[in-house]
Amino acid sequence: MSQNNVQLDPIRKAQLTWEGCSVLLDINDGDRLVFARLTSGSTLKIGNKNCSLQPLIGCPFGSLFQVDNGKEGPNLSRVIPSTEDDVQEKEDAQISGEFRDNRAIVDDNKAQSLSGEDIDEMRRQGATGEEIVEALIANSATFEKKTSFSQEKYKLKKQKKYAPKVLLRRPFARSICEAYFKKNPARIGFLRVDMLSLLLSMGNVAANSDVLVVDMAGGLLTGAVAERLGGTGYVCNTCIGDSPYPMDIVRIFNFSNEICKRIVRASVNDVTSQSETSEQSDQLESACNMEIQSNEQKSSSVSMEDISLSSENGVSDLILEANHSPVNKISKSHKVGEKASQETLKLWKENGFSSMIVVAPELDPWSVVKDLLPLLSYSAPFAIYHQYLQPLATCMHSLQVWKMAIGLQISEPWLREYQVLPSRTHPCMQMSGCGGYILSGTRTATNASSKQ
Amino acid sequence: MLPTDPTKKISFTRCIKEGDLVIVYERHDCMKAVKVCQNSAFQNRFGAFKHSDWIGKPFGSMVFSNKGGFVYLLAPTPELWTLVLSHRTQILYIADISFVIMYLELVPGCLVLESGTGSGSLTTSLARAVAPTGHVYTFDFHEQRAASAREDFERTGVSSFVTVGVRDIQGQGFPDEFSGLADSIFLDLPQPWLAIPSAKKMLKQDGILCSFSPCIEQVQRSCESLRLNFTDIRTFEILLRTYEIRQWRADCGQGTGGGSAGSIRHKRKQHLIEGSGEKENPNNSTVMARPNGEARGHTGYLTFARLKCLS
Repeated sequence: MSQNNVQLDPIRKAQLTWEGCSVLLDINDGDRLVFARLTSGSTLKIGNKNCSLQPLIGCPFGSLFQVDNGKEGPNLSRVIPSTEDDVQEKEDAQISGEFRDNRAIVDDNKAQSLSGEDIDEMRRQGATGEEIVEALIANSATFEKKTSFSQEKYKLKKQKKYAPKVLLRRPFARSICEAYFKKNPARIGFLRVDMLSLLLSMGNVAANSDVLVVDMAGGLLTGAVAERLGGTGYVCNTCIGDSPYPMDIVRIFNFSNEICKRIVRASVNDVTSQSETSEQSDQLESACNMEIQSNEQKSSSVSMEDISLSSENGVSDLILEANHSPVNKISKSHKVGEKASQETLKLWKENGFSSMIVVAPELDPWSVVKDLLPLLSYSAPFAIYHQYLQPLATCMHSLQVWKMAIGLQISEPWLREYQVLPSRTHPCMQMSGCGGYILSGTRTATNASSKQ
Repeated sequence: MLPTDPTKKISFTRCIKEGDLVIVYERHDCMKAVKVCQNSAFQNRFGAFKHSDWIGKPFGSMVFSNKGGFVYLLAPTPELWTLVLSHRTQILYIADISFVIMYLELVPGCLVLESGTGSGSLTTSLARAVAPTGHVYTFDFHEQRAASAREDFERTGVSSFVTVGVRDIQGQGFPDEFSGLADSIFLDLPQPWLAIPSAKKMLKQDGILCSFSPCIEQVQRSCESLRLNFTDIRTFEILLRTYEIRQWRADCGQGTGGGSAGSIRHKRKQHLIEGSGEKENPNNSTVMARPNGEARGHTGYLTFARLKCLS
């Protein structure tokens, strides 16, 4: 049913996963984040167990799974989260026992009477993860002395180790950005999720717009723009030199054919040149084609990506098996990032782009902007991201001197998450210190009079 | 405002016409929304600007007054609209707005419920995110405010994606006709916890709710009631720090530079004229940036939650 949904109506969100669907797996509340493609043959390694992802196919996004010891080895089974009553009980319990503190807790490693061998023995006898956690609590000499909050913490810690949970998430610009920022920020140019959302707003990304992007964030920006376009308009991924920038992350989004067709590539020369320059353009075309081919090769061999760097369990060799089973039909039937057609290029030259977003941490913003800004329609907004403040300050000054834009503003977002618990609300202890800087503005038509 | 209407989309050839909404830009902190009308004129401290001079010029043009003063005419966007709309209530600004749109995972085709409508600052951005196939149903219990918002949406051209209803969501909840149909819900209410049971009923499975509250006590109570049926409950605070830049020229010396940005700006202009527009020698000047002295210290807390997936 869900697959039909996707194909008939590419814009509405599908509620259930399907064979070949790309998903984000959140293991133990964000300890480990894995992008995977659901096929009958794909597996996920949790701890030292290999679990098939088959049971996840056809399940609603947002469903929770746990590792069970089945007859044919470990497998993932669906868990329905606690209902209203359970939560209420827990809260009542939390409020009641608040006279305890940590005066009686001594850190001498003697609190737990259950040994590693005992636990292994329980496992051999087929105990579930939950049962092991219960046994650990029963055999802890200090558990009863802990406050209800630290009891909860203790239980959670043991649960993560002995009864890991897997949450099935829809890959969205938000979740993809958060996952990468947490585990591999360099890959996305250190683009924090609040910064990405500002770029999309300041770049006025709306259905039917033609957005020019310089995306050196692995395709995250291109994907995020395409998601908002919903199969209308165009996102033109442009490269400054001869070699296109990688945009592998686009494949993590579950884009329909309609949306993929709206993601095109063009070099700066393609979009700036008034007439078609024959030789150079051919060269670029072949370079672009090569890139597309190599992407396709990648897509058939690497259908999963594990961006986890560490694990709480102390198991560091969490490797995902790339699955070599047949690539799903949806990703085969279309290409992402084909070269923009001559007609489209011509339209952009006549009308200009509706807006521009630049994420190029490796380049000098001014050198990019001075070439690309003239390609924007008059009154088109633009947003430029950089990790450092100075290059944006220089760029803003140059734009002022050359009177190319107005409404220029450099801003820096600041984002703080809070822990909200009864009587225990405070900002989270850890936060990202810098989300980078953004230069935004609007192109003016001052050059128009001289042109016309 | 939205490019869903191809005749309104900005381009090199799209010129200002009778009846267009333009944003008159004086300075980055001084803008006004004006409807173009052949026989009208726009007045400010720089003089009178005849609308008839504007018609036929492209958006983004500089136009002059009878006294030689100038302003720019910009095409409206939700971001510019947030800066010029009339404040009937406290409004949401760009940092919060963009974060809300991203976290609610809005894409074209989504159905969103909002309460209250207030001045419609967020609503305009919600409409941009869900157009052309989605819809925003926004509710305010204040009849006159709802009517003004409706007029504004008509003016900015987003009215085909927004329906304004008069309803007390805290007291009555959202209308039953939206049960199980909402992709996302946004609440900006004094007692959001009263609306949460209704929000739960309206949301699709795995749907997302956001509640904006200025006070931490409101957040505390909302989170307590969210824990029953929602998961992934997360609270954020987001602020934007803006920077001002200034050119520092080595030959100015520190004595003349201290504290007087005006004189430096003047010298820069002179220098430009002498150099007849040539790019300045980067060796004897640097551009520096520092945070603006005055900044917004707090807007509100944003709490997000996802409906638990039970079936």
